[in-house]
Order: sequence, then structure tokens, then C-alpha cells
Amino acid sequence: MTFQAVLEATDLAAWRRRALDATADQVDAALSAAPGAPALEQLLARFAVLIGPCASERLETLAARAHALTVHRFGRVLQLYAPLYVSNECIDTCTYCGFSRESGIRRITLPVERAAREAEILRRDGFRHVLLVSGEHPRIVSTGYLVTVVRRLRPLFASIGIEVAPQYEDGYRELVAAGVDTLVVYQETYDRTAYARYHLAGRKKNFDWRLAAPERAARAGVKRIGIGALLGLADWRADALATVLHAAWLQRHCWRSVITVSVPRLRKAAGAIDAPCPVADRDLAQLVCALRLCLPDVGLVLSTREAAPLRDGLLRLGITQLSAGSRTEPGGYETPAEDSEQFEVADQRTPAQVAARLRQLGYDPVWKDWEATLHGCA
Amino acid sequence: MHETDALIIAGRTFASRLILGTGKFPSGLAMKAAIEASGCEIVTVALRRVDPSAHGDDILDFIDTERVLLLPNTSGAQTAAEALRLARLARAAGMPNWVKLEVTPDLRYLLPDPVETLRATELLVADGFTVLPYMPADPVLAKRLEEAGAATVMPLGSPIGSSQGLQTEAALSIIIEQATVPVIVDAGIGAPSHAARAMEMGAAAVLVNTAIAVSGDPAQMAAAFRGAVEAGRRAHRAGLVPRRQLAQASSPLTGFLEGMGS
Repeated sequence: MTFQAVLEATDLAAWRRRALDATADQVDAALSAAPGAPALEQLLARFAVLIGPCASERLETLAARAHALTVHRFGRVLQLYAPLYVSNECIDTCTYCGFSRESGIRRITLPVERAAREAEILRRDGFRHVLLVSGEHPRIVSTGYLVTVVRRLRPLFASIGIEVAPQYEDGYRELVAAGVDTLVVYQETYDRTAYARYHLAGRKKNFDWRLAAPERAARAGVKRIGIGALLGLADWRADALATVLHAAWLQRHCWRSVITVSVPRLRKAAGAIDAPCPVADRDLAQLVCALRLCLPDVGLVLSTREAAPLRDGLLRLGITQLSAGSRTEPGGYETPAEDSEQFEVADQRTPAQVAARLRQLGYDPVWKDWEATLHGCA
Repeated sequence: MHETDALIIAGRTFASRLILGTGKFPSGLAMKAAIEASGCEIVTVALRRVDPSAHGDDILDFIDTERVLLLPNTSGAQTAAEALRLARLARAAGMPNWVKLEVTPDLRYLLPDPVETLRATELLVADGFTVLPYMPADPVLAKRLEEAGAATVMPLGSPIGSSQGLQTEAALSIIIEQATVPVIVDAGIGAPSHAARAMEMGAAAVLVNTAIAVSGDPAQMAAAFRGAVEAGRRAHRAGLVPRRQLAQASSPLTGFLEGMGS
């Protein structure tokens, strides 16, 4: 059984309706249930109640529970990472993305040594976990190119992740052998109709190829897998329900991999559409709480897409990993250039400022929580 | 009964029977204060957290290795091979030859893999390490690990970080009864009373992390655990009265029958 079959058998619209119709009694019951749930169906039922309008009125209670659960499970620590954009070349037409093929941005693919200079800057800032990001261009950003970059950067970082075009299982295997331990792949939206509306051309049009990427990666030995929906593209409740189903399914079927969930909201980007289904700050906070209460052992990731005050607030509700000081254009750490970025960064603080703020809030910023030797890379 | 009651592991003597884990603390200073208040002489550190090249403070900067034994652990390892590589890395970096073995392929409950744990113990012992394996509370596995040369066995009370206490009490009592190496109850100890109970049962020591690190006042909680571990140990040595279903009078009611003819 693949997750594709599970998703096809799930009536997300009906689950969304349950969320909207949830009553105060149901919210009480969901709040008093033990964290987690034995079966996927029960988990979705509980999550639906917690993301409904009725639960929104109890947001402070949700937040208190989510905060306590996060501190107990993860401690008063926040793990920091940085994205390193290696290329903005892209063959896909995605109407919301600054890297989209039609976008007029300047196209750059970092030569390996330039990527290494970017990496050295991140290392100097304290980072030991890096996420390599690129557009989708099978020829220019090939598996071979990525392997070369990973090998070059391997000695500089404890953990190397990739957020690149979905690969074949063999491609993931090559990348793992080179030193990749983490995969991030957002489905963008789990709503097939909406997906088709935003992904007009290129390989990314293939919904199911992307959907199965986490499974292929897990089989190839990727140890940490991050998923999420790009909030704002479609109804956030439906996408959140699908994300929870996906995360819980992966936990059960790819049990040797750690699953994390991100909550990226659509940001302004060059030549791109505004969010068709905007998600309010309060909705985002409720979502973070509900994710924590229903997926107590899943890491929750928040990027610099969000502004500093909101990030500071959300991290206490359930976030466990933060990016900091991000540049979203290739080569941007050495030479910032706003004409080639993927999206506007909202939290402009330096990594040191973010770390200082975490300490102020009573959290220990953790720069290193992995060891390359764990997956056979010296 | 001797006044001195030291814990001996692999020939090394420790006055404290409380071992601290170092994850989840709000700061290095809070961890340092808790270590001091606990009186512990062994602290375990995840090798994946150690960064000799760190720009600011590294986790090791807050541990006084003159006073406590630094026990590196293999958190993150999912196979024996990974655990072995990590342990060798630690040794190469100049850390002690002791290793707290953790092989946890299940990433939700972080339960130890019995097969890989046994294999890793054999490999590490052969490579000259003093091995303290974290293990499921399985009495047969405990004996197998002893035979493989483990310096202690470290069965779990309940899933790590769960604070559920000694859910495995029945199995723990068998492990303790049969053990020829120190039994250290590791994982799940969420309150000083849990620690006291483990010590009353005859555990040689307990390992505590979450309950101290995420409490409102880690140093106070560390002191509380210190007291509980000492109390439990004293009770065990003094000899606990067995639990009974019925009341039993302190002065027998049938004493008058003694000496009477039948």
C-alpha cells in the first residue's frame, strides 16, 4: 500500500466539514484525550476538531497544552539550520514561485567552489545543519551535480539536507552515500485539482511522483524526512488534514526515518500570484498547536518566511527547528542579490540575533544535533 | 551493614547512584547547576551534540570532567555498525573508553533494538570499550548482554522521556534478581518517587534526564532526585518489609498457645 492509495481513499472535503462543524463538547474531548492516537482515523478525527473554528475560541488552552507537551518531549531547545540555495534554474511552471520558468529572475547555478564559499559563511555563523535548495532542472541541477556539492560540503557540516527535485530511489541512494541525511519535499497542496491549477508545466505537474518521494527516500536510507503543504494555495484545513495523515502514515510505514512537518505560508515572489487562500496568523498558531497535540513526537519546522515577532511566539507553541539568517537566492550569503531570490524573507535577523533571542526566551539554541558518521560518512 | 556503599562499574568506584542525562536543558548553565545539585559522578552526553569546533559554548564546556565521568552515548544510532563508528569517533576525539550504548531504530518511542544492541555490545567489547547498554526490560537479553561482556545492563522503566515510571517493574525485578553486573534503570523515570522505587527494588543506580531538565527548577529537582535515590538505596539495604494483603498485628495474638500442651 502506498500513501497515494490512502490519500485517494480519504474524503478530505468531508473531514474539512467535520472540522468546521466541530462542537465545544468535541473540543473538550479532544483536549482531554491522551496525545497521539491509536489509529489514523481517530487521529484525523481529533485533529479535525482541533483545527475547527470552535477550537479557535479555546486557542489559549490549546497553546498551553501544546507548549507543555513540546517542552516535555523535546526540552527547552531549538535546533537551528540554514538553507543554502545552489541553483534557481527551473523547468517547472509553478504560478506562486519566484523560480518559475517564466519568471524574469537572473538564473544562477553555483559552481561547487562557490557553494563551498557559501557554506563557509554559514559555518562561521555557527551552523552545522544545512539544507541545500534548488529549482528543478534535471540537466543543470542533476543528481551528479548535487552529489558533487554534497561531497564537497560534507566535511563542513554535521547534517546535510536537500530540498530539490524529487529523485528516483537510486538517486536518493547516491545522495545518501555522498552524505545526505535529510530530505525536505513539500507537496505544496494535497488537493489534486488545486495542484493542477498551480503547476502548469514541467515534471512538477506530476502530483503522484512528488507525493511518493518521501517513501522512495526512506527506502534509500534517508534518515530524516520533512513534509508540508504550502499554506495559502488551497484551503488550509484540508491541506493540514492531509499533512497529518501523510506524517502519521510515514511514521508507521517508514519507521526508521524521523518525520518533520513544516508550516510554510506563501510569500511574495517575483512575478508570482498572491495567496489565493490566505491563512491568518491566528490560524497558523492554531495549526501549530493542533499538529503538536496530534503528532507529539514530530519535529515542527518554521522558516524565515515568517516575521520575527510571530516566530518568537510560535516557537513556544510547538516549533522545534528554525532557520535563521536565510538568503533565498543562490550565492546570496556571499553576494546578496534580490533579483534572483525565491521569495522575500520576513525575519531579517542574523543567526546570532536569533540565538540571543532564543536564550532570552529560555531556550537553548542547538547548532549541532547529528553526526555524519551515523550514516557512514566520515 | 557497611556505611560505605559504593557503586562499582568495571572496577571503578562511584559514591553516587544517580546518573544524569544532558539533553533538553534550557541552557548550559542550568545543566551545570543540576549536575552539581544532583551530586552525580557520571553524566551521559549524546555524541551527536558534541561539537569541538563550536564557536560559542559547546555542551562539554559545562561539564567538569575532573569531578564527573563523561559517558558518551550513541544516541541516533540505528544499527550496531553505526554505534560502533560513533564510539570509535568519540575515542579518537579523546573521550573516555566507556560508552553508553543506544541503538534505537524506532524513532517514535526510541525503543532499543535487542538484536542490534547485543551485536553492538559484542563488537564494542571486542574493541576494548567498557559498554553500558540501554536495553528493553527483557531478562534473557540482560543475561545475554552480561555474557557478551557488558559492564552494566540498563533496562528501561518505560519509553524514554515518557515519565511514566516503572511500567516494566515485573521484568525489572527478574533482571535485578538474576544480574551479576550492576542494573541501572534508564528511561521513563519521571519523578523522584519512581527513582526511589527502582532503588528500593535493588537497582544499582538510575539514569534521569527529562524529569530534571524540563522541570521548572532543574537544580531543585536534581537535589530531589539525589535524596530519593539515597532514600531508596538505604531502604533496600535495610530490607523492605514484604507487602501483605491482610493486616498483621505487631504482637501475635496466639502467643499464649506456645508452651501449652496439645
